[in-house]
Amino acid sequence: MSYASVWRSGANFLIGRVAGALAQIGSVTLMYGDMIRYTLLRGPAFRLVVEQMNTIGVGSLGLVMVVSVFTGAVAAVQAAYQFASVVPLKYIGSVIMRSIIIELGPVLTALVVGGRVGASIAAELGTMKVTEQIDAMRAIGINPIRYLIVPRVVAATIMLPVITIFANAIGIFGGYVVAVTSVGVSSATYVNGLKDFFYMKDLMSGLLKAVVFGNIIGTMGCYFGMATEGGAEGVGTATTRAVVSSCVLVLIMDYLLASVLFRIIFAE
Amino acid sequence: MIKITGLRKKLGAKQVLDGIDLEIATGETVVVLGPSGTGKSVLLKHILGLMPADEGTIEVDGENIVGLGETALNQIRRRFGMLFQGAALFDSMTIGENVAAPLREHLKLPETEIQRLVHERLDWVGLKDVEDAKPSSLSGGMRKRAGLARAIVMDPQFILYDEPTTGLDPINSDVINELVRSMQKRLGVTSIVVTHDLHSAFKVGDRMAMLYAGKVVFSGTPEETKTTRNPYVRQFMDGSSVGPIQPV
Repeated sequence: MSYASVWRSGANFLIGRVAGALAQIGSVTLMYGDMIRYTLLRGPAFRLVVEQMNTIGVGSLGLVMVVSVFTGAVAAVQAAYQFASVVPLKYIGSVIMRSIIIELGPVLTALVVGGRVGASIAAELGTMKVTEQIDAMRAIGINPIRYLIVPRVVAATIMLPVITIFANAIGIFGGYVVAVTSVGVSSATYVNGLKDFFYMKDLMSGLLKAVVFGNIIGTMGCYFGMATEGGAEGVGTATTRAVVSSCVLVLIMDYLLASVLFRIIFAE
Repeated sequence: MIKITGLRKKLGAKQVLDGIDLEIATGETVVVLGPSGTGKSVLLKHILGLMPADEGTIEVDGENIVGLGETALNQIRRRFGMLFQGAALFDSMTIGENVAAPLREHLKLPETEIQRLVHERLDWVGLKDVEDAKPSSLSGGMRKRAGLARAIVMDPQFILYDEPTTGLDPINSDVINELVRSMQKRLGVTSIVVTHDLHSAFKVGDRMAMLYAGKVVFSGTPEETKTTRNPYVRQFMDGSSVGPIQPV
């Protein structure tokens, strides 16, 4: 094979991938547009949103709690190690709290919920697609966007900040337990550290990020579920894509939001 | 009446429908025959507006539905019922909720009236005491009958059946065939039955159309279908691998 043909096939491959990615961005944007249109026109079906809030939010709480308590615990161990002989340990509570409410709480919760909920939404909608249930829904005049997509995306957007609040509290508690029992910080010192350096803008920026992450998780799960083709293999592929794209987008948006929030809006 | 003219659809590189011309008179049951992969189910999805056509027209009582938006299509779809190949019952709902779904979406009926209609339609298809069951707990034949109950709950003018007997044993197949006939008599509906089950086709059809390579290659009464020398029909009827129809 000549160099020219290798370059040509490489270029064609690259162009194909870029075109595919652009087509996918276009499809997600169209779905999002439809979603907003149907939400504004008829409002989300309240009963379905509440059902999904229960599935997405309450159903994820146990897993998020486990992840958060150990995140706080690890943060305490790491902080104690890095503070050694450099920073007084009285600051350990404030460092753990701020790193949890700004970053670790929203991001780790989003990654955990993205894995659990994104996969479950994509698998459920994907199975409905390949078994013609989505077609059946349209055939009887029920709009799948209003009935299936809007409730899931709205519920994920509402519930992620709620779960993040729990994750923050449990994470700070996990840090407290380790700091008091194995690092040698007194209970009062830890709590004072929390109070002295608590800023509402830190909490609000973390929760704002959680709102965006919830929206991403719901949208990606629904998009890849609705785009499922083929049988069981197609459902598996859709599930994987939903989880991977949710996680990658969460991390990208985390950086973008951090830049906007802490360099522009809350810049001192 | 449904009148399809020059309907074309390409999926990927394959021309699935290549200029379909077909007319279904009011009250008639037309069976669309053909080997697997010839676009029979795709044709039904076009008639319901579930897939957009590349070219051609589909007139439902004189109104062309090709190119209509989802809201306008929903008005047309209210006049249709469709029985999907795998019944396509909603997993998350009970059988009663499945049958009630079109009523709840389109009509503001009191709950007692919805329950009465659900019970009546399930009774018509021979299902009793299954309102609270989930689709996964029913047999294939029962699921198809429940799917038919959902398809007829809005008293449709048109019923589309996609492979109604596929995957069923001969007795359950006959139950479905009898139901197709009884729906025609009871509701006076216009029906299109897509199948490759010849026994079922001759039992329910007033007229047959044979689809091959995206085109209607034959159309006639059941008697004409039995006696025609059309090579496609002959090969299909004889179940032979030798002839103009190439196995997929």
